[in-house]
Amino acid sequence: MKRRSFIKNTSASAALVGLGGLSLNACGSNSNKHITILHTNDVHSHIDTFPTDHSRYANLGGVAKRATLVDSIRKENPNTLLLDAGDIFQGTPYFNFYGGELEFKLMSMLKYDAATIGNHDFDNGIDGLFAQIPHANFELLSANYDFTNTVMEEHVKPYRIFMLDGIKIGVYGLGIELNGLVTKRLYMETEYLDPFEIAQDTETTLKETEACDLVICLSHLGYEYKSESKPSDLSLAANTRYTDLIIGGHTHTFLDKPTIVKNKLEREILVNQVGCFGINLGRIDFYFDAAMNGKAEGISITV
Amino acid sequence: MCSTNVKNLLAYYCAKIERNMGLKIQHFVTIITFVVVYSCKDSKIELSEIKGKEVPVDSVLVSNAQIEAFVKPYRNRVNEVLDSTLAFAPFTITKTDGELNTTAGNLMADVVLAEANPIYKSRTGNNIDFVLLNHGGIRSIISKGTITSRTAYEVMPFENTIVVAELTGKSVLEMVAYLRDSGRAHPISGLQIILDHESNIKSVKIQGKPIEENKTYHVATSNYLLNGGDRMGFFKGAVKSLNTDYLIRNAMIDYFKKVDTVAPKVDDRFIKLKN
Repeated sequence: MKRRSFIKNTSASAALVGLGGLSLNACGSNSNKHITILHTNDVHSHIDTFPTDHSRYANLGGVAKRATLVDSIRKENPNTLLLDAGDIFQGTPYFNFYGGELEFKLMSMLKYDAATIGNHDFDNGIDGLFAQIPHANFELLSANYDFTNTVMEEHVKPYRIFMLDGIKIGVYGLGIELNGLVTKRLYMETEYLDPFEIAQDTETTLKETEACDLVICLSHLGYEYKSESKPSDLSLAANTRYTDLIIGGHTHTFLDKPTIVKNKLEREILVNQVGCFGINLGRIDFYFDAAMNGKAEGISITV
Repeated sequence: MCSTNVKNLLAYYCAKIERNMGLKIQHFVTIITFVVVYSCKDSKIELSEIKGKEVPVDSVLVSNAQIEAFVKPYRNRVNEVLDSTLAFAPFTITKTDGELNTTAGNLMADVVLAEANPIYKSRTGNNIDFVLLNHGGIRSIISKGTITSRTAYEVMPFENTIVVAELTGKSVLEMVAYLRDSGRAHPISGLQIILDHESNIKSVKIQGKPIEENKTYHVATSNYLLNGGDRMGFFKGAVKSLNTDYLIRNAMIDYFKKVDTVAPKVDDRFIKLKN
């Protein structure tokens, strides 16, 4: 009896050692993670590829081509988010004819995860934006537009958390000041709140309360302005602590590569914007490793 | 390193459990779980590397057939309406080919004056004195070649209408100061502004005559600007205004239908003298 018990226990402990070893290995092999962020901005209803005779953008852009590109990147890395930094609407007759229905339907087909709201997304009024909500199979994010008492109240969130391969990614949206840019009759009771204050509050929530591994801002503030008092993505970067990536829009800025800037804590982060009209797709890859004790080197950034 | 430590610990507990048969399996599992969880927590993953780039959406890519098929009926309908030839551009018309006035800006402002004036005159008995639009409102170049309704949609995608505001000469002078300070080629027609080399206002003429401070002028603009767009605050001083409900885009289409060739020039309607 005693012997049986001994055998049982030893074999059990052996099995447990095996299991322990296994789970340890699993823990180790899962520690290398790769997240891909794809993004567009200011697509402005450019659904078709520019015609061959276009003076500036011949044969560039087009949603069907973007779909092919996004598909191939998703096959390469399924842990991919597809984001848009606003001004989805306005710029081709597709918007004038269909009011944004086609834009939202196509973004849903491409499996966009989230978008922020640009000033031109109010071009058919807040009711015009609301009317297209049923066609959007992605989140509309804006932390600094207060839609209280408007039809959009229930349809816009300040941020959304995505979980990809165990990595917690917080994405929040920021919009540009509407007064002086959009006719009041169009944006109605929408209130614009200070983007820097809101960004600091939101990123703190995402990092400290929600414990996100990655914090991304979808901004329609604009890349940079001559007037330093006008909020821009570059000044936002200098005013934030936890935001790892700012994906911008509005100024239709074509950058050769993402800009590396120092944030409020002197940490290097990326600000990117990919021009306009769906001519480019931005791609930012984040690699995570098991943290080594006493690891000296910081994050390596290659652009 | 971390996992070596854990294995040593395990070996220790295994030896211990075999020595001391009194220790229950349950305890052992608790210990192991603690060790494993602790080791995972200890080796928490951290961001180590970021790579960023732009990927062009270019002709190398093949269109996704499903998306293509979905868009097709929408495209056919739009094309049916838009693609009949209206006029011809002998060169590319842009809003960046002049310093303070440009071919695209001059075309837009001249079209608004020509097409909206008969409507305004028939409704009020007055003529439009001049036009002010905004540089940012011109959303596309007009490529050399065929001009269609589509061209008008590209240049003027917004549903902006032509409104006529009555402004005093004083408000017009505020407008002129705004235009001088903005340094941008905001489209004008019927108005001439000459700045000296130090950007002082040298002369302001309306329909070829010097501006009179106490006179009321009929100024055509877009509903966007009248409602405070681009911070054109001087429109707040409008004595009254009339919305023609005539879309700027439709004014362009109507103009393109009337002419064969569209060849606007950079001229002297808004200039800064060199010395």
